[in-house]
Parts: sequence; structure tokens; C-alpha cells
Amino acid sequence: MTSRFRTYKDLAMGGTMQFFLWLCILPAVGIAVGLFLKSLPVLSEHSVSDLLFSSEWKPIKGKFGFLPFIISTLGVTLTAVVLAFPISLFSSVFLTEYARPYLKKYVFPFLDILAALPSVIYGVWGTLVIVPFISKHIAPYFVDFSAGYTMLAGGIVLGVSIIPLLTSLLMEIFSTVSNDLRIASLALGATRWQTAKKVIFRKTFPGIVAATVLSISRAMGETIAVLMVCGNSPIVPHSLLDACYPLPALICNNYGEMLSMPNYEAALMFAALLLFLVVIIFNLISRLILRKFNS
Amino acid sequence: MRKNKIRRFRYFEEKFFKVLMIISLIAIPLLTLSMITTIFIRGHKVLTWEMVSSLPGGGFYIGKEGGFLNAIVGSIYITGASALLGLLVSIPVVFYINIWLKETSRFAKWVRTIFDVLFGVPSIVYGAFGFTIMIYFGLKASLGGGIIAITLLIIPIFIRSMDEVAVRVPKDILTAAYSLGATKTEVMFVVLRQIAPGIATATLLSIGRAIGDAAAVMFTAGFSDNIPTSFSQAAATLPLSIFFQLGAPQAAVQDRAYAAAVVLTVIVLVLSISGRIISSKFSKHKV
Repeated sequence: MTSRFRTYKDLAMGGTMQFFLWLCILPAVGIAVGLFLKSLPVLSEHSVSDLLFSSEWKPIKGKFGFLPFIISTLGVTLTAVVLAFPISLFSSVFLTEYARPYLKKYVFPFLDILAALPSVIYGVWGTLVIVPFISKHIAPYFVDFSAGYTMLAGGIVLGVSIIPLLTSLLMEIFSTVSNDLRIASLALGATRWQTAKKVIFRKTFPGIVAATVLSISRAMGETIAVLMVCGNSPIVPHSLLDACYPLPALICNNYGEMLSMPNYEAALMFAALLLFLVVIIFNLISRLILRKFNS
Repeated sequence: MRKNKIRRFRYFEEKFFKVLMIISLIAIPLLTLSMITTIFIRGHKVLTWEMVSSLPGGGFYIGKEGGFLNAIVGSIYITGASALLGLLVSIPVVFYINIWLKETSRFAKWVRTIFDVLFGVPSIVYGAFGFTIMIYFGLKASLGGGIIAITLLIIPIFIRSMDEVAVRVPKDILTAAYSLGATKTEVMFVVLRQIAPGIATATLLSIGRAIGDAAAVMFTAGFSDNIPTSFSQAAATLPLSIFFQLGAPQAAVQDRAYAAAVVLTVIVLVLSISGRIISSKFSKHKV
């Protein structure tokens, strides 16, 4: 009697849990379908290439060219990765290849905090430190005047925000390399850096790429921090010291007020769909590579 | 002669990159400290008890009396409720992946990858999508909407960070329980005890993420000067309060943004540090 009850309870439990699993996965599918349906009005009037490669952004006239926003997103993200990658790479190599294990104990809390700080705090830090610094010390060498709210500012703030993710991913990847390889390389007379360069990096190259792509996708979706420092003007930026206007900032700034203009909402939904798809694809590719690595 | 040159180059190269590495490594604590000290130095002189303990008064947005208690309470409501909801939903999922599905299950592998991918979905997408859904059903920005958006945002974090602990539970424990005749449901409670500290850290991690998020609540929870009394009322949140006040032209209003930033930073620091303490303290006693 009791054993039958236990079996039934077990079956019921399994069923409930599977239900919860689908409950968690379903919203993702819902978002993809929902965003697509919502952006249909603008997709039916303009071709995708028209939307992506036109730089004319005049919502009142029904012209939605996303080029300025796409270029801004790419520019800010690229700047962020160029700044964050060397810092993350070098420090993760140092922590895994050079330093004694206890050093990690002192560095990890900082990475933890850096990862935990909300993006709005990054934004405040950016407006208080980075923006004035660019305006006073960097911009004067290149342009007549800049208030500091530039693509460079966005890139720096974003770069700092992806350092924790990138560093911990890289460390995880480097630690999967078998110690025998290190020992063999050192025994042949290679220096530690040569070992890192010729053995570790070569062995983990796909992993390094995957980690970088993953942090790129993280950077692309960052909203408030970038919005606060990058100037927000809808023109194609030509240099790091131009103001820019990435996709998330566009959605964030205009979403509340779009109802009066036809197709404006659909256009913003298209922007969200674009962001969602790019991030999902980047994530999927890099996660699959990383999965292979860790197994 | 040539050999000597190569040797010297190698020596130089090694030193050069080592210096670069040390510089990079020092940059990490420096950046962290720069951020925290900037926020504190700018914020502590304008932070008063009145600000954290009172609602915005009549002339709050032109720099007169009042505080941002509405945002603090709103943030606590949203974060607390979504952390609870998130826990309720994600604990079963973690157990399902780890106990009900076999270790070699391809489905489990895919589920993990799916949640890893969902982890990366930007919060603005959740916010924008949540808002459209709410318009579709004729709802206004409200506490309930904010809670659901944030719950969706933190579920992947919950699941992946708890799963990482659950995977490491020695399989011998499961085998031992099964051999005593336990069902999967009963084994679940054995595992629950093993991963309890992991659940605590995952919760703190998710709360930290939830309380700091601005983009997902901007459209779904809205903003309000009052403390919401029902799920259908709009609720203010700390990050949005900082964001909006910083955009104001008056210096007195901006000062409040800096004060609110100190409050938010302190909350996040406490969460992050206690998470680390819990995970390091309890990991000693694990089997």
C-alpha cells in the first residue's frame, strides 16, 4: 500500500517538474514569436535590407533606417571588447599559469563585486569619471570640443562591465588544459609565456573565441549604462569621439511614447527582435563550443 | 652568438608580458575600487536619513523636501516577490535535470544549453516584450508586471547557478539512497540538503541581479511616487529612480540620484559579500 503510494507520488512529482521545465522554456519561444508578430507591420512595408542598411531615421515620416543604431551598437561593443580582452586575457593567464592558487582568493571578490554592480551604477560611474576624463583629457587632442558623451565613453563603461565575465570564462577554459602539456613544454625549455602562447592558447583557441563572442553578446544587450554615457544622437558615428545611439538605448528611450506614430512600435519591436536574435545566435554558438570544451 | 640573442629575446619577452599581466591584474581591483569610491565620495555628503525614510514630497522633482523611500520599497517588493517565484519555479527544474533525467541524457544537455543561452537575453528585451503583452491585455505598468518580467529575467540565473552545484553532488550519495529503496522524490530531499548552500548563493546572486536591473522594469513596473498597495499599481525602483533623477536639470535633484546610488551600491555589496561568505563557509561541510 505504502509502496504504491510512494510510486504514484514519484510519478506525480516527475510530471510536475517536467511541467515547470517547459514553463521556463516557453517564454523564450513566446518572446521570439511575439516580437516577430509585433514587428510584422514594419516588415511588410519595408524590406529587411532597407531597414538594416538605410540611415534615415524619421519616424514621423515613416522612415526607419536602423543603420546608425546598428553601427553604434557594433562600435560600442567592439571598443568594449578591444579594451576588455587584453586585460581579461593577461590577468587570467597570470592567475592560472603564474600565480599561486591563493592569489585567486584575493582577486575573485573584486571580480564578484564588479559583476554584481548594477548597470545603472556603471552609468553613474561613467558620467562622473569617464565622461569628464574624455572631455578634458582625450577629446582636446582630436576634436575642438566634446562634452565627453561619446562612443568611447560607452565602450569603456561596457568594457569594464564585461571584464568579470570574460576573465572567469577564460580562467575556466585555461584550467581545462592538462597539466602534462604544461610540464612537457616547460621541460623542453620554454618559458612560461612561451608555454602560454604556444601551448595553452593554441589548445584553447576555440574556447577563447567562444568566451569573447559570449561577452560580445552580453555587451550588446547592456542598456542603461551605455544610454547614460553615449550621447544618443541618431546619426551614423564616424569616430570614437562621436555621440552614438545603440539599439537597446533606442528601445529604452522611445518605447513609452511611440503609440501616436504609425509603425513606430513595430519598428522598435523589430529592433528588439534583432537584438534578441543576434544575442541568441551568438550565445548558442559560443555555448556549444564551450560545452565541447568542458566535457 | 645567435643563440645568445634568442635567449635574450626570450628573457625580454617573458619579462615584458609578465609586466603586462601584472598591470592587467592590478587594473581589476583598481577599477572596482574606483567605481565604489566614486559613488561613495559623490553620494555620502548628500545622503541624509530623510531621503531613505520619506516619500517624495510635493516639490521633490524641483529639489524640495522628500526622499526616495518609494523606490527602496518598490525595489524590495519586486525583488523579494520575484526571488520567491523564481525559486519556486527553478528548484523543480534543477531537480528534474539532475535526478529524473539520466546523467548521459542528451535532453538534459540541451536544457542546460538553453538556459545558458537564455541567461544572455538582454533585460531590455524582456522589458519591451513584457510591455507589449501588457498592452495587449489592457494592463498598465504595475508592480505585478514588474515582478513577472524580473522573474523571467532571473530564472535562468537561478537554474544555472543551482545546477552547477547540483551536478557536483557525488553520484554515490544517490546510489546509496536508491539502494536503500528510496524513490526519486525521496532522493531529492537528500540532494536538497547537499545543495542548500548553493541555493542560498544562487538566491543572493539573483536578488543582486534583480535589484539592479532597470531596463526590464522601466516599462513593466513604471514609476510612482507612492508605495504600491496592490499588484495593479505602478511601483518605483531604485535603479530607475537614480536614472530619472540624474537626468533632471537641477543639481539638487541630481544629488538625490547620487544618494540613491550609494544605497543601491551598499545593498549590492552586502548581497555579493554575504554570498561569497556563505559559499565558502558551507562548502567545508559538504560530503
